[in-house]
Amino acid sequence: MPHTKKPRVATVSLAGCFGCHMSLLDLDERFLQLSDIVEFGRSPINDLRRFNERCRVGLIEGGCCNEENVQTLVEFRESCDLLIAVGECAIMGGIPAMRNTLPLADCLEEAYLDGRSVYNPSGRIPDDPELPLLLDRVYCAHDVVKIDYHLPGCPPQADTIWQALVAVLSDNPVNLPYELVKYD
Amino acid sequence: MDLPLRERIESVCRQYDRRRDRLMDMAIDIQAAERCISPEAQDALARELGMEVVDVQSLVTFYAFLTESPTGRVVVRLCDDIPDFLAGLDAVAEALSSELGLEFGQTSPDGQITLERTPCIGMSDQCPAALVNEVVVTNLTPESARAMARGLLRHGDPHRLVEHTGDGRNSHELIRAMVQNNLRERGPVLFGGPVTGRGLEAALRKPSAEVRAQVRASNLRGRGGAGFPTGQKWDFAAKAEGTRRTVICNADEGEPGTFKDRVLLTELPELMFEGMTIAAYAIGADEGILYLRGEYTYLRPFLEHVLGLRRRSGLLGRNILGHSGFDFDIRIQMGAGAYVCGEESALISSCEGLRGDPKTRPPYPAQSGYLGRPTVVNNVETLCAAARILEHGADWFAAIGEPQSTGTKLLSVSGHCERPGVYEVPNGLTLSDLLERVGAKQVQAVQVGGFSGHLIPPREFGRRISNTDLLTGGAVLVLGEGVDLIAMGVRVLEFFVEESCGFCTPCRAGNVLLLERMKRVAAGHGEEADYTYLAELSEAIKGTSRCGFGQTSPNVVLDLLRHFRPVLEKSIGIDPGNGTREAFDLGAALRDAERISGRRSTHHLAERTEHREAAPRKEVKIDGQTRQDTPKEGER
Repeated sequence: MPHTKKPRVATVSLAGCFGCHMSLLDLDERFLQLSDIVEFGRSPINDLRRFNERCRVGLIEGGCCNEENVQTLVEFRESCDLLIAVGECAIMGGIPAMRNTLPLADCLEEAYLDGRSVYNPSGRIPDDPELPLLLDRVYCAHDVVKIDYHLPGCPPQADTIWQALVAVLSDNPVNLPYELVKYD
Repeated sequence: MDLPLRERIESVCRQYDRRRDRLMDMAIDIQAAERCISPEAQDALARELGMEVVDVQSLVTFYAFLTESPTGRVVVRLCDDIPDFLAGLDAVAEALSSELGLEFGQTSPDGQITLERTPCIGMSDQCPAALVNEVVVTNLTPESARAMARGLLRHGDPHRLVEHTGDGRNSHELIRAMVQNNLRERGPVLFGGPVTGRGLEAALRKPSAEVRAQVRASNLRGRGGAGFPTGQKWDFAAKAEGTRRTVICNADEGEPGTFKDRVLLTELPELMFEGMTIAAYAIGADEGILYLRGEYTYLRPFLEHVLGLRRRSGLLGRNILGHSGFDFDIRIQMGAGAYVCGEESALISSCEGLRGDPKTRPPYPAQSGYLGRPTVVNNVETLCAAARILEHGADWFAAIGEPQSTGTKLLSVSGHCERPGVYEVPNGLTLSDLLERVGAKQVQAVQVGGFSGHLIPPREFGRRISNTDLLTGGAVLVLGEGVDLIAMGVRVLEFFVEESCGFCTPCRAGNVLLLERMKRVAAGHGEEADYTYLAELSEAIKGTSRCGFGQTSPNVVLDLLRHFRPVLEKSIGIDPGNGTREAFDLGAALRDAERISGRRSTHHLAERTEHREAAPRKEVKIDGQTRQDTPKEGER
């Protein structure tokens, strides 16, 4: 059997809850099938933290709430042929975007100074230079970079992710029956 | 005013026999007396009328002229329609604001003066203009605005702002407004001769079916902008089931840039009331309502006076002109600053004492309208024309204009031209003819039909004002070469976002999305894909909205895409090339965090966008001038 290089898939969770990655793991035994047809690039699945090779597909979970998210997302855009925004947070901002109605300073004060359950004798808002700065609001993925496909759900079901991946990797139209994209 | 609030409210309710459907009138009276309809007043109203307080609150919060917290004794509402911007609104606004020491939206601490902005008040031919309580102030300059502000601070009496009254009946002792008619051309139908009352006399000599047949034969179509055949509408209402019928005259001309009904209401109210009476006879109505927009409150005393005279002359009331069994009277329903109420089913809601929400159709108003009765809603101009048709005959009318578009059309012309004002022209007139008559040169585009109408490019100036071509309520806004059309589009969408009644999602949310994307384009961050998005979203809003509001609000975007593509393309930003969005400005997104943490971003990404931080942000103005807005010290 001639050796053909498997397409590479990178994944990342930005301002998300890793729920979409959990959904990916929900592929169960098909996950073995998946690792037969693709190789994982930068992803929490193999704990690879940097792109070492260009990838065919990047799966983006979560929007951008800080500068590091932006940097990561831009690297994904630069290193992947196709980007798929996976789940509500990547597509619309999701739960993290609930802070978008308030100024950043108010959010930080509530979280670290004024909140009822806050214990913070130093009275300081965390400001270690290692911490990435927060953005003024949470941006969804396509506010920051161009996104090729959106896969809705919170999280999208494993089957939905499977169908989408198989379709883009095999260059076929995606087949998403009603049951996979209804949310009521 | 010494009575407790509860009793004051009670006395207002008594004046309207505690009828819930007159809640608008009660609310307007209470607003005038108390300067607000406070939660306590709402509670008292609800108890008095046996309603839920949320229903009262729903009405109060809907209309711009009704407020829950007190306004100043004098409310200055500066009109911020596009013609006002073209005529130097910004300098006037600055002068007013600085002289009064108030920001827009503020009330002075002593409760004397409130300063606000308001959409078109129907004075686009003599703008910038403002409403000071109900008093209209026109042709404002920074100097006259300062003088007005000083006057108000000194004596607090809006009526003393009127030093010279306008022409015609604007000088009538019951109007005394500085408004000018600016009636530039009198056509053969409306302004063709004196008001004789012979139309009504002729109508009463015929059976009602024949009156309707005559209006049908004249091929008169609605003049409010929709162009529905008037005779057919009257037929539907006459034949619909119901014991009582209603005629409503729509004098809510809220379409920005429209002011032709103002002149009819001032100079020809007798003809309008005659038309309403003829319509009532034709369909068998016993009740008439003139729905007068809140901005035209200054005309109300005069119109009530005309109604009184007509009652005394037997032209209204019982057995009109001795015609046994024909009883009809007219009341004036005031609006309170809501654009959507110009839409007939929303207008009916408003007359019924409800929020101005449009109703689901069918049933159409002619079948089941005001209080469930068969109702005819006609524009002021339509009713005036109907009276002339009965006076001079259907053939006479049909011979004017075009076969499919008979009679004349009143146009309200504003913007970049030498002679803004009202023109009565025969239907079929081309735009280029019109532009010559009004003295417009170097025209970039003409907005026909107001914000909900169409933006016409010069290569289409051969098009005609006609039911079969440019169907319009009559607003014609001339836009000279310097106008920034994208900024204008943004302004139009801001208006629609503000005025949407919010009932249906496509209109409530869709217009917000359109505005957001148009702002991005206006700021120079457009992308090719934005235009597909704008076009698709526009079509979705048009196709799925519940009433004419959302069915027309995206027109300006579609017209820009269709006719002014090169203008839009100039605003396509530079593609950063790495797949990042040109519109995303990391430097700006990090500014808050940098201020709070007291340190700069350590990420190299921030440096990538450094060039953008250094460049001053551009604010585009409608008049095409750009204001350089460099970031203030300490903002970084």
